[in-house]
Amino acid sequence: MYKLIASVSKSLLLARWKQTLVAAIGVTFSITMFITLLSFMAGLNDLLDGLIINHTAHVRLYKEIKPAQKQPINQSQQYKQDYNFVSSIKPKRERLEIQNNAAILKALQNDDRVLGIAPKLTAQIFYNVGAIDLTGVINGIDIEEENRLFFFNENVTEGNYLDLKNIPNSIILGKGVAQKMLANMGDVIRVTTSKGERVQLKVVGFFELGLQDVDNVQSYASIATTQKLLGVSNNYITDIQVKLKNIEIAPQLAKEYQQLFEVDAIDIQTANSQFETGSSIRTLISYTVGITLLIVAGFGIYNILNMMIYEKMDAIAILKATGFSGSDVHHIFITIALSIGIFGGLLGLIFGLGLSSIIDQIPFNTAALPTVKTYPINYNPKFYFIGIVFSIITTYLAGYLPSRKASKIDPVIIIRGK
Amino acid sequence: MTKQIILETHNISKYFHEPLTVQVLKDINVSINKGEFVSIVGKSGCGKSTLLYILSTMDTDFEGELFIDQMSMKGKSEAELARVRNEQIGFVFQFHYLLNEFSVLKNVMLPGLKLNKYTKEEVEHRAIEKLKILGIEHLALKSANHISGGEKQRVAIARALINDPNIIMGDEPTGNLDKKNGELVFHIFEELTKEFNQTLLMVTHDEGFAKRTDRVIEMEDGKIINIDQYT
Repeated sequence: MYKLIASVSKSLLLARWKQTLVAAIGVTFSITMFITLLSFMAGLNDLLDGLIINHTAHVRLYKEIKPAQKQPINQSQQYKQDYNFVSSIKPKRERLEIQNNAAILKALQNDDRVLGIAPKLTAQIFYNVGAIDLTGVINGIDIEEENRLFFFNENVTEGNYLDLKNIPNSIILGKGVAQKMLANMGDVIRVTTSKGERVQLKVVGFFELGLQDVDNVQSYASIATTQKLLGVSNNYITDIQVKLKNIEIAPQLAKEYQQLFEVDAIDIQTANSQFETGSSIRTLISYTVGITLLIVAGFGIYNILNMMIYEKMDAIAILKATGFSGSDVHHIFITIALSIGIFGGLLGLIFGLGLSSIIDQIPFNTAALPTVKTYPINYNPKFYFIGIVFSIITTYLAGYLPSRKASKIDPVIIIRGK
Repeated sequence: MTKQIILETHNISKYFHEPLTVQVLKDINVSINKGEFVSIVGKSGCGKSTLLYILSTMDTDFEGELFIDQMSMKGKSEAELARVRNEQIGFVFQFHYLLNEFSVLKNVMLPGLKLNKYTKEEVEHRAIEKLKILGIEHLALKSANHISGGEKQRVAIARALINDPNIIMGDEPTGNLDKKNGELVFHIFEELTKEFNQTLLMVTHDEGFAKRTDRVIEMEDGKIINIDQYT
C-alpha cells in the first residue's frame, strides 16, 4: 500500500520538479549553514577550551600565605564559650613550600581518578639586561610529565624542550622576555634571584603561549635548576598539578584534597569559569541561527505545498472519488514534504561537510595561537545527526497543515465546480 | 426470477444551509437492480447531481438511508466509505479527471492498486483488458494529456471498470463531448450492460440518450416525479 502512495507522491513531486527543487535547495542551504556554523563554533570552542584545559591543571595544590584561620585562643577549652576578639592578625613567617610533598605525591599517584601529576615550583627572579633588571618568574617543571599532561612542547616555538632536562642550567625563555633581552638560542643569560644571587643560564628554547602577560614575564627551567637557583633542598616544591581522568569531578576532588592534605586546592572550573560561559553562549547562538534558517526553509516548503495542493485539486478530488481515503491523501502530501526534507537535508549534510572542510583549509595565523595554522573545525557526527533530524521535523511540520487541508478537500465541490 | 438489488435508498432528504435552508431532495426512494441501465433526467437545479453524489457516498450530509449491495452506509467512517467507492463504484464524470502526471495505463491502474486485491502485474493485465474492451489499448503508454477528449473519456470509463464495480455512476458523461464521441461513449455503456451485465446509473441532460436506457427517473424540485420503464 505504501508503495502506491510513494509512487503517487513521486509523480506529483516530479511534475513540479522546479518548485520542488527550490524547496529542497532552501532546506539544503539551511542545513549546510547549520552544519558549518556549528562545526566552526564547536571548533572554536574546542580551541579556546583546549588552550585552557590542555595546558592547565585540573586541580592545583598549593600553599597560600595567609593569616591562620584558627587562632590559639579559640582552641582553648577555657575560653570556648566566650567571644574572642583578636586584632591585627598577621600571617606566620613560612615558606611557600608544600610540606610533606613526597607523601602527597605518592598518595596522588595511587589515586585511581588521577591521570597524572606534575610537581612544579615557581621562583621570582630578575632578568639582567645590562644595567637594567626585568622582573620575571621561572617555573621549575618536571619536563617529561609536564609535556605528557599539559603538552608543554606545543608552546615551545624554538628549540627542543627535552634540552631543558639534558643540559644543566638551561632555560626556555618566554618570547617577550627573549625579545627584550635580545637573546638568541645558545646564549647565556644572567638572572638575579630574590636573595641577590646571580646565576648564569643557557637559553635552549623559546616558548609562546599567546598571552602577552605570560610571554613577557615567564620562563621555564627544570625543577633541579630552579631549586638550585633558590638555594633550597631537592624536595622543595610549591605546586602540585593534578590532571584527572574525568574533569567533571575536579571541584569535588579539590575540596577533598584540601582537607586530606591540608593545602590549598583550586579546580579548573572555578579558576576559569568565564570560559565555560563563553562556550555555552556561542553554542546557543549557533543553534538559534541554524534553527531560524530551518524555519525559514520550512515556510518555503509550506508555500510550495499549498500551491501544489491548489494546482492538484482535481487530482486530489479524483483520487478521493476513486477510493483513496483522506488519510491516504494526507500521507501522499506528507511524503512529498518529507522527501523534500530528507533529500534537501542529506544534500545539506554533504555540502555542510564540504564547506567545513574548506574552512578547515583556510590559513588562520595569529600570534595569539602559535599552534593553530587553519580555522578550527569540529567534525562531530552529533551536528550531522541533529541537522538531519531537524530538517525532517521542520519539513514534517511545514507539510502537516497543507496535507491536512488536502485530506479535507471535498471531492463533490471540486467535481461539481466544473 | 428475483432481481438482485444493487442500490437502494430509503427516504433520502437533503438540505442546503447556505445562504438559506433549502430542501433540495425530498424523500427519495429508488432501487436499482443488477444489470440495469438507469438514467436520471431533469432540469438544472432539480437535485439530480446532488442525488448522484449522495448515492456515490461522497456526500454524507443527508437524512434517510442508503444501501449499496444490501449494506447500509450509515455510520461508516470516511475511510470505510472510500473503500466502498474503491471496490463497488466506478465513476465517469463530465470532465475526464485523468491525472496528467501518469500514463493512460497508470491512470486506469490506480484504483486497482489502491484496492490491493491483485498484484501489480495482475492489475496491469486487467487494465489492458479493460482498455481493449474500449478499443484504446494502443494508447496505454501515452501520457494522459496527449490524447483527445473522446479518448480521455474512454480512459475514464476503463478506470471506472478496473475493480469490476457493482455499479458505474456517470455525471453527464457525454456532456462535454461532441455528437460523435458522445454517441461512441453511450454506445460503450450500452455494450457494457448487454455484454457484461454491468449496472449503470447516469445523470444526463440528453433526452435522446435517456430514452435508450432501461429506466428513466425524472426529477423536479428535489422529487422523483416519474419513472419510465422502457424495457
